[in-house]
Amino acid sequence: MSDSVAGSLAAEKNFYQEKTHKGILAWLLSTDHKRIGIMYLFSMLTFFLIAVFLGFLMRLEMLTPGETVMGAHTYNSIFTLHGVLMIFLFIIPGIPAAFGNFMLPLQIGARDVAFPRLNLLSYWFYLTGAILALLSLFTGPGPADTGWTFYAPYSLRTGTNVALAVMAAFILGFSSILTGLNFITTMHRLRAPGMSFFKMPLFCWSLYATGWIQILATPILGITLALVLMERWLGIGVFDPVKGGDPVLYQHLFWIYSHPAVYIMILPAMGILSDIIPTFARRTIFGYKAIAFSSLAIAFVGYLVWGHHMFTSGISDTSRMAFSFLTFLVAIPSAIKVFNWLATLYKGSIDVTPPFLYGISFIILFSIGGLTGLILGALATDIHVHDTYFVVAHFHYVMFGGTGFVFFAALHYWGPKMFGRMFNSKVSYIAWGFLFVGFNMLYFTMFVLGYMGMPRRYYDFLPEFHSLHVVATVGSWILIIGIIIMFVNLYRGFRYGPRATMNPWGGTTLEWKVPTPPPLENFDKIPEVKHEPYYHPRNQEERQ
Amino acid sequence: MVHQNEHQHTQHIVGYGTYIMVWLALLMLTALTVTVAGMNFKNFAIVIAILIAGLKSILVMNYFMHLKFEPPIFRTMVYITVFTLAIIIGLTFTDISFR
Amino acid sequence: MSQAAELTMEKHYDPIGSRIGMWLFLFTEFLLFGGLFLLYAIYLNKYPEEFHYGSSQLDQFVGAMNTIILLTSSLTMVLAVGALQRDRRKLSIFFLVTTFTFGAAFLINKYFEWGHKIELGIYPGSQELTQHPQGEIVFYGLYYAMTGLHGLHVIIGMVIMLFLLYFLLKKSHRALSIKSNQIQNLNGKRLLLSDETGKKLWKSQEITSEVTGMDVVVKGVFTEEQLKSSEVKLENSGLYWHLVDIIWIFLFPLFYLVSM
Repeated sequence: MSDSVAGSLAAEKNFYQEKTHKGILAWLLSTDHKRIGIMYLFSMLTFFLIAVFLGFLMRLEMLTPGETVMGAHTYNSIFTLHGVLMIFLFIIPGIPAAFGNFMLPLQIGARDVAFPRLNLLSYWFYLTGAILALLSLFTGPGPADTGWTFYAPYSLRTGTNVALAVMAAFILGFSSILTGLNFITTMHRLRAPGMSFFKMPLFCWSLYATGWIQILATPILGITLALVLMERWLGIGVFDPVKGGDPVLYQHLFWIYSHPAVYIMILPAMGILSDIIPTFARRTIFGYKAIAFSSLAIAFVGYLVWGHHMFTSGISDTSRMAFSFLTFLVAIPSAIKVFNWLATLYKGSIDVTPPFLYGISFIILFSIGGLTGLILGALATDIHVHDTYFVVAHFHYVMFGGTGFVFFAALHYWGPKMFGRMFNSKVSYIAWGFLFVGFNMLYFTMFVLGYMGMPRRYYDFLPEFHSLHVVATVGSWILIIGIIIMFVNLYRGFRYGPRATMNPWGGTTLEWKVPTPPPLENFDKIPEVKHEPYYHPRNQEERQ
Repeated sequence: MVHQNEHQHTQHIVGYGTYIMVWLALLMLTALTVTVAGMNFKNFAIVIAILIAGLKSILVMNYFMHLKFEPPIFRTMVYITVFTLAIIIGLTFTDISFR
Repeated sequence: MSQAAELTMEKHYDPIGSRIGMWLFLFTEFLLFGGLFLLYAIYLNKYPEEFHYGSSQLDQFVGAMNTIILLTSSLTMVLAVGALQRDRRKLSIFFLVTTFTFGAAFLINKYFEWGHKIELGIYPGSQELTQHPQGEIVFYGLYYAMTGLHGLHVIIGMVIMLFLLYFLLKKSHRALSIKSNQIQNLNGKRLLLSDETGKKLWKSQEITSEVTGMDVVVKGVFTEEQLKSSEVKLENSGLYWHLVDIIWIFLFPLFYLVSM
């Protein structure tokens, strides 16, 4: 039939060459999961770079005491925006929306996600939310100055443009929900024949756990933000102490979402690392099921611990102790993962490629971030360091040192598959050196500053903190140099570099068994899965 | 995959009569909850009201929403959701009840 | 995998998949209201007297009426689904219109109920309400937020029903379109229509290189695929409508019955 002829012809074209519309519309109207993934990737990287620049400005202000680059009010707006952009526009959609969209159907042997049109809708919501967030800067009474948490009652009273920023977050929530819903349905319905749940790559497992958090936690944020709008516009009084409301409840509701959201940010990163490590250790993963179930366990335990963000907010002692105790539980599944990764590396023939190097940094940085997290989760010590730079350092270690570094690892690992060309490895190693040194100089110093009592969110500081602030700011410059080198190298590589082969890293999962870049519907013929995902044949012939 | 084909075209068809019976049961439970609210059960009143509402939801989900006739995964998902909300409410009350 | 199954995947026609997606979406709605139920529980615990008093000021009769209306609308909705499963399109439309009417009746009741309260000056931010005790302000804040959000969902459900009515009423012009590249090898040939006996009914002119496309049009039919896809849509909309009903099942005792 003519259909099958067209089908085989299509297989020779990659998805970039298959266009339904002309120009930019070929992207904005495409329901292809790969195009949507790439749109997400570029949008997010744009916001990431803007937010990095804002972070740079903040560090510049903190270089010297007193008001230098900006005043208090501008500083408040800038850290709010830095947080909103990084959290809602980069790191929450981050890995699932960009790499998940591109790789999930490939990894489970499907032609697309279960609801391709909803997938596109989710990107539009993302774009709308992003535009609203940016509009909130330039319209009305000026950018929000509440911090990314929008705590009541200040967020109900401040004259700044909180309403628009809140609406943006609300719409971004929709986008997140649709992604999660789509992925879960995809994994339930579209796995290739032979691919049982326990033959899925671990990245898919982490997306599955993430999907459930997106579905069950995001609506709570939705209603919380909707109530903030109702408070601001109508004055319903549920968070307003003057009218009998309880502002602590705002914090409860906010963290009921935002703590699980922390695992939306970190789980997919752990999933990617679980894919990268076996590839470059050239052996199967140690403890597949333990890692798979620990993803679900983290997702579940994530719902039990939100109160540890509120130890000093005036919640009851019973509650503080319960939440402090429960917080320690998170360490268990996280440690299970770390130990299994280490056991995978043990006696593997390790190939230290750029993706591996960026990925393995996760273990070091995330361990520091995770262990200091226990200090913060312990009630007694948290009272001392709450709202100091210690907290800032902690979450940058887990979010940037963890998710951020794995995001970069994924760019190096899957980038050649997505863009069809290779980057320069040597430059990648150099960039990594800058990133790693700069990162630790910037954020480890913050641990010390925090311990000494430097409070977060202040545009000025006491003279005794000066030298450490200088170290941190210089660290931020080194870090930014690293980021610039890395992105320039990746851009040049993916634009002009040598063509990438089908499987440049010797990966074993299904995405390495389709052409580079993949064709429109991924698989000419849906593959039949026989092996576990990280099956590394012993001899060369078996490897094809 | 075999599983998928079984359900490919139509869903389990339920008789109109079943629906009407369920509807009558729902109306009766509504009458019951109003009656019980009229009696003086003090603090138990809200518990009883919630229990009756829960029973009504179970009827609606099982029959009107066909949960009873769906593959088991649907029920598992419902349990996960209800359980999550229960945890959220329960843990919040560790604060509210002891303040 | 068979070719039919692959085709199915390409069209993404997977009723179970689409129902899983719908249920997952309903969970998000459930938790959206879940956050409000949590607030309600906390404030009921904090201000029991005010909540009891506030509740006694609501009209139980109207609340009960609306409960019956919504429960009945759920019945007619599920009957509409059942009718379409049995391929009884017109009956399905009848039940769908009935459901829509019940939805409208619910909203009209709600309108008068809210209108009455607003006339008395009891609405968020009003001068009158600020004179009341704090617990009552919160009670009415929650009352308007929760019933308002629920009402919004009723409206969304009714809009969805309008779309469904459109799908069920629209006759399709089933067309088979053949494009130029496939028609080239028909050059110099004619098209012929004939009946069962082989008798020629109509013959076209000769196809020349000027002919770039060919369309077969059947006017005003309800195609099988259309009904099947409407069935999936109706089922999922039904699920949504029942969820709206379930939420009201909880709202009713919480707001109207805690007083007694």
